[in-house]
Amino acid sequence: MAEKTIRIALAGNANVGKSVIFNHLTGLHQHIGNWPGKTVERAEGTLRFGDYTIDVIDLPGIYSLSTYSLEELISREYIALEKPDVIINVVDATLLERNLFFTLQLLELETPLVVALNQIDVATKKGIKIDHERLGKLLGVPVVPCVATRGSGLDDLVRKAIEVHERRHPPSLHYPRFGLEIEERISELAETVEQVDTGYPARWIAVKLLERDPEVEKLVYSRKPAIAEKVNALAREIERIHSEPSYAVIASERYNVANQIARQSLTVVSPKKPSWDERLASLTVHRIWGYPIMALVMASIFYGIFSFGDYASSLLSNMFGQARTLFFGAFGTGLVAEFAWDGLIEGAIAGATIALPYIVPFYIALSILENSGYLPRVAFLMDSAMHKIGLHGKAFIPLMLGYGCCVPGCMACRIMETEKERFLASFLTTLVPCAARTVVILGLVGAYVGIEWALFLYAFDLLLILILGRLAFKVLPGEPVGLIMEMPSYKLPSLEVTAKQTWFRLEEFVWVAFPLMVVGNLVLKTLRFLNVLPILEQAFSIITVSWLGLPAVTVTPLIFGVFRKELTLVMLAALVGTSNFATVLTGTQMIVFAAVIMLYVPCVATIAILIKQFGHKRALAITFFEIGFAILVGGLMFRALKFLPVL
Amino acid sequence: MSTSNIEEYLQTLYTLEEEGKPATTTEVAKRLEFAAPSVTEMLKRLARQGYVRYEPYKGATLTDQGRRIASKITRKHRILEVFLHDILKIQKDRAHTEACGMEHVLSDEAGNGLCRMLRFPDKCPDGKPIPICDEDVEHCDTCEPTGENPSRQERLLPLCSLRPGQRAIVRFIRGGRMAVKRLYDLGVTTGIQIQLKSCAPLGGPVEVTVRGSSLAIGRGLAAKIFVEEC
Repeated sequence: MAEKTIRIALAGNANVGKSVIFNHLTGLHQHIGNWPGKTVERAEGTLRFGDYTIDVIDLPGIYSLSTYSLEELISREYIALEKPDVIINVVDATLLERNLFFTLQLLELETPLVVALNQIDVATKKGIKIDHERLGKLLGVPVVPCVATRGSGLDDLVRKAIEVHERRHPPSLHYPRFGLEIEERISELAETVEQVDTGYPARWIAVKLLERDPEVEKLVYSRKPAIAEKVNALAREIERIHSEPSYAVIASERYNVANQIARQSLTVVSPKKPSWDERLASLTVHRIWGYPIMALVMASIFYGIFSFGDYASSLLSNMFGQARTLFFGAFGTGLVAEFAWDGLIEGAIAGATIALPYIVPFYIALSILENSGYLPRVAFLMDSAMHKIGLHGKAFIPLMLGYGCCVPGCMACRIMETEKERFLASFLTTLVPCAARTVVILGLVGAYVGIEWALFLYAFDLLLILILGRLAFKVLPGEPVGLIMEMPSYKLPSLEVTAKQTWFRLEEFVWVAFPLMVVGNLVLKTLRFLNVLPILEQAFSIITVSWLGLPAVTVTPLIFGVFRKELTLVMLAALVGTSNFATVLTGTQMIVFAAVIMLYVPCVATIAILIKQFGHKRALAITFFEIGFAILVGGLMFRALKFLPVL
Repeated sequence: MSTSNIEEYLQTLYTLEEEGKPATTTEVAKRLEFAAPSVTEMLKRLARQGYVRYEPYKGATLTDQGRRIASKITRKHRILEVFLHDILKIQKDRAHTEACGMEHVLSDEAGNGLCRMLRFPDKCPDGKPIPICDEDVEHCDTCEPTGENPSRQERLLPLCSLRPGQRAIVRFIRGGRMAVKRLYDLGVTTGIQIQLKSCAPLGGPVEVTVRGSSLAIGRGLAAKIFVEEC
């Protein structure tokens, strides 16, 4: 029998277990990337089922198909225009009504649909009993109960999806029926709309026009401007009847339908008492206790990451040290062997020994925070602080990640709603001193000048983030949006999902960062071999010596720090011929050097991520701005510190 | 005693109430730059007319009737400030002085007209909240310019002023399409029951339960939601 391929898209609200289902279905056959030209994550994978090869795409978690966020627009265009063969709508059984609001919108798009009624185990515990067959009858689509965390019901789900596809006909169209006064106007408008070729179903276009959806208005009016008058007249009639704006009327109608369907298919067996997760939920957002708890959680995560990283890092570098001895033992110490090891292999080893020991536990911690439901609580607690830099609470997450490594920090900026916020959050994240820069700040300033000056640099950095954040917020175009997000109930994160998420994120990191580390290392070795470093020192001495007040040799570590900041100290030690920096640098010079290292772009890997997210133009804008800014601040700092005789 | 004089007093009491300060005779006298004895006299007179409750040495608090007038005049004052500052580009302090004079002669109809023209502002240039109008509408987008909107009977509170654990019905969402759509998509619609669970300190977000789910709403957006206690 010939092999058949179908495309299935997973759609649903955030926090309903969509990614868990996706992970179960696709196993290790998945690929995480971005939607073309967008800063939204796109996860795809494949699954073999019977004689079918199924391509699964995990659409972003959204609450509506309006155009409020990029995710919603992407999902709506994908569903309507690329027409996946079947859509699996993942629905949280504990929040049936709110989830059905989205299901109804999928039905309106006239897509072949299967509903996965997820978390029925949690619902049962909460005393909610759902008659899924009745629900299916009311919606006119198959409903499959499942518990994604245990993988139960998923076979049945895929079987139903294939059945829906094989019927070849779109399922009987059960769109939600609104009130008569609205239905009449929708039908009237739909007849006119049918003459316009939009690619979307006519009825859906009619509803969206009545809702005054700006994207659909653009789409239709560019082809047939004359419809506008009719739309306005009909929408105004609806508004007059309900004395509410038409978009509110239609949304309310949808909720009414969702409410009716929910009420007819579920029974609440026992009144629910506060369970452990609810008590934990109120404690972790408590106006007083929430903060120490958060500080404790963050501190223990960072402590855990750094102590594990330290241990693993030294273990690995010992191993590679032995490998090096073996290598030179086998190939001799000729020029070719030296070039092969120092130029090519060492870059990758440095990545493996310096980045991976910190990044792996970091991703694990991030995944646990995400899947347990704690991250939204952190965003809740930090919202008012983040408003000071023109962002809302969710931006705390990328900024916090930045202290570990700016690459995942910038990747995490995808959680912000608008392009402006993503860009602003990424920009500020690059200014956060990551683990690599912490090495310089603590290893140079902390060790030789005093820990108070290292702390001063951290505080100074926070102040700069605050100031630049406010300025950038004013300069960048776009409206601020306030915070609105769901606070999901706490769950025990699944080991499997955490492992897979860590693995795929790591893969993305390795692909972006490692080639650059190898290339950077190669360039540095070549330049040193050709002995061009003194020329560089000469050329840049006007900046380093005259403006920053640093010795000329610092040019090389400053420039090549862009490949790997944590190695700047090693480079500097090699160039000045001693690792006792107190004999070659004054206190002021150490502080200025560390400040410049701290402020100019984190590293090439970060630039690569910025290019991937925002394109060349804006990535280079951030890069050059930060280089200029670091030099400016460094010079001013040098002049200010001159007045302090103690240094 | 002129109407505008009464309005000035009630507005001062309203502002003090907003700031959470007790309206003592000395405080009111300081704000209005009047002598304390005449302020005492005036507060007693306002008490007799049913606008305030007055207790010697403790000060005055607004009655419902007084608060209605005070919130109306404060609303006009702050909308005028927005108009003078944002549109006419007049400096904040001068806009304030100017608004003090104009607020007493501005009709309700003209005040609400300004509100529509300015696209339903919710803060004055100093960041203080503009009280909502008393027209019985659920959304600003359907506020009719005819001046024929029936007036609202029940007293609405901003969502943020509920106590944790308290339930209320959403009656009015201020602002244009964007804010309303976002709230509607997550289930916050007019007529729905909402429960305030907690408030983050320092102007942080509020956590509410609506349609069975927990939502965090930033203070700016939450300030657009007005509820009726139940």
